[in-house]
Amino acid sequence: MNLDFSPEDNAFRQEVRTFIAENYPQALREKQERGETLGKEDQLSWHRILAKKGWAVPSWPVELGGTGWTPTQKYIWSEEQARADTIGVLPFGVSMLAPVLYNFGTEEQKQRFLPGIRDGLVWWCQGYSEPGSGSDLASLKTRAERVTGDDGEEYYIVNGQKTWTTLGQHADWGFFLVRTDPDAKPQSGISFLLIDMKSPGISVRRITTLEGGHEVNDVFLDNVKVPVENRVFHENQGWTCAKALLAHERSGIAGVARSKRGLERLRQMASTELSDAGGALIQDAFFRRKVAELEIDLTALEFTELRTLAGESSGKGPGPESSILKIKGTEIQQRLQELALEAAGHYGAPFLGEAGHNSGIGPQHSLDLAGDYFNGRKTSIYGGSNEIQRNIISKMVLGL
Amino acid sequence: MDFSFTEEQSMLRDTVASYLADNYGFDQRRAALGREPFWRPDVWSAFADELGILGAAFPEALGGLGGGYTENMVVMEELGKALVVEPYLGTVVIGGGFLKHGAPAGAEEMIGQIIAGKAIFAFAYAEPQGRYNIRDLKTTARKDGAGYVLNGHKAVVVGAPYATHLVVTARTGGGQRDAGGISVFIVPKSAKGVSTRDYPTVDGFRASEVYFENVVLGAEARIGGEGEALPLVEKVMDEAIAATCAEACGVLRRLQEGTVEYTKQRKQFGVPISSFQVLQHRMVDMFIQLEQSISMTYMATIRLSDSDAERAKAASAAKVQIGKACKFVGQNAVQLHGGMGVTDEMAIGHYFKRATMIEGLFGSTDHHLARYETLSLGAAA
Repeated sequence: MNLDFSPEDNAFRQEVRTFIAENYPQALREKQERGETLGKEDQLSWHRILAKKGWAVPSWPVELGGTGWTPTQKYIWSEEQARADTIGVLPFGVSMLAPVLYNFGTEEQKQRFLPGIRDGLVWWCQGYSEPGSGSDLASLKTRAERVTGDDGEEYYIVNGQKTWTTLGQHADWGFFLVRTDPDAKPQSGISFLLIDMKSPGISVRRITTLEGGHEVNDVFLDNVKVPVENRVFHENQGWTCAKALLAHERSGIAGVARSKRGLERLRQMASTELSDAGGALIQDAFFRRKVAELEIDLTALEFTELRTLAGESSGKGPGPESSILKIKGTEIQQRLQELALEAAGHYGAPFLGEAGHNSGIGPQHSLDLAGDYFNGRKTSIYGGSNEIQRNIISKMVLGL
Repeated sequence: MDFSFTEEQSMLRDTVASYLADNYGFDQRRAALGREPFWRPDVWSAFADELGILGAAFPEALGGLGGGYTENMVVMEELGKALVVEPYLGTVVIGGGFLKHGAPAGAEEMIGQIIAGKAIFAFAYAEPQGRYNIRDLKTTARKDGAGYVLNGHKAVVVGAPYATHLVVTARTGGGQRDAGGISVFIVPKSAKGVSTRDYPTVDGFRASEVYFENVVLGAEARIGGEGEALPLVEKVMDEAIAATCAEACGVLRRLQEGTVEYTKQRKQFGVPISSFQVLQHRMVDMFIQLEQSISMTYMATIRLSDSDAERAKAASAAKVQIGKACKFVGQNAVQLHGGMGVTDEMAIGHYFKRATMIEGLFGSTDHHLARYETLSLGAAA
């Protein structure tokens, strides 16, 4: 047992650090610093730079564009990105759909869709949840009926409503779970469809979240015509794909590197904010105790993640234990946001949006902290709520 | 980075586990703790001779098998699973730690005695007034010619009733709570002027109040520099904390697994109570606490080799996690066992008692949170 980085690891860290420093778009960095909402092209710009370098999809199989990095290298990669405050590569195509495609898709589907995902050319969104189907996803009702068109080709005609579709307003394509057999058991009548978001009959409606932001959407499907060749895996066996998707890419879900960076920022902020006694807030007995406890919990999470990574590299694969990473990771992210808002004191209140950055109202570091806090409540709800994660551990690990 | 165990380390684990499975069942343990001599010298002899594990964590140059911190971790976790009271912690981890790092004259011979199962150590550091502050010492070692004269009262010295030797912290100078002026001595328990009042502890161990009355010590009894031993004490104490965390992982695992098993058997309302979601989620939270404790134990064990500041931070962070886990997992294990959880006849309550004592061992959760806080964020205003 040791925590030593090999000379190769250290060289890798240097390479990564230099690459980020030399290639991260200045315009993007400035927009981030001004707190501007990032548009579609902003979001994709860093992805495309990484794609050129061959680093956009580290976890993919090497023959499809993966980097073949060791777990330690992946750990270094996430640390260096967090350290440089880069935006992440969006997960919908790269981490969610791609593994389904390369595990269950046809050769033709892989060739048609994977390069666009890898290179950041096609924006994907997820059509899973429905107004009546949240944690009980298998109860979904969006209906796909198979018909033969006038051209003699087979199609699905899709009708229904999807919701919580993150960044669907930018999406070129979406992957959808639809019901193809209404008479079968809930899990057995579902198929996995790839749908062009420009198809007639699709409409996307904004859902405004607590902090005023536009991340999630409703997606309405009204007689949308989808070619049968856009179905991944067998008809009525889409649940197999859905489950595989949920189990994939658990490492990184903990967000350890980003939280470590967040903690650094919190400590910085608390050393300039003042306590009631007039000293630095970080000197305040109650506040510093909370920071110390959070730091310790984050250390525990980091080592649990490292143990999981070590297990993966020894061929064990990410087990259902990785639900721990989701639960603890999101709890820590939320506590960080909570403490940052607390640290802001009075200046947590002004609701200024992007205008706040030039307003001179309150310290810069207080801007948007309430928004981050409100928005961050989503993390323990999405991706299988933390209660569902407990159900998974209970059933799969403890055998209850 | 590497979190794997060597083949030797895995064998060590198997050796200890299978011996304890055969020889240290719950009933055997309870019977032995209820009668003289209140521990199992036969088990200790087996550790030394049959299993040969007492040398696992000592360097080969000192007659050991060449292991170190990881070996202590492996052994302690298995001892925790069986609630072993025999003094591996006091003897190998603490006594051995002082001998390795302090390297007094005769250390090699003494380590040989430890490995052979002949020398048994207990750590006499706490005092009635000092709570968890290891600097708060009224015990004095007054210079007398080339040697010292020891006077004082040490509190709740765990394992002292079975010990042949005591490691004693005492003031050779400075004020009662000063960092300077602290020295460490190895005192044979048979030395003239050493007296003890022995008693059982609530978790089945034995401890003593130890009194020193004009105990005459030679200069060779001192380990480390005169008046400069605090860093040495802190180092060995952090090693003891990491080992205790490992023991706790064994205790917590039994609490968690025992609870899962019990709820699968126990039926109410016509179904196993494990089918109730409120209990399932509780057990998941217990499991998470266990996993986080294992992670922190690895972390603290690995960081024992780091700088003093990093080592201390790591040990305190781990002790905070373990302290919280001992409380949460212990209390909920009892809760989920219902009335059976508060009876003396089920093992679960005995694991709970050990877990509860580990919470306070070498400093409570609050003590270590405060220590971590100072090391990480600087002294409070």
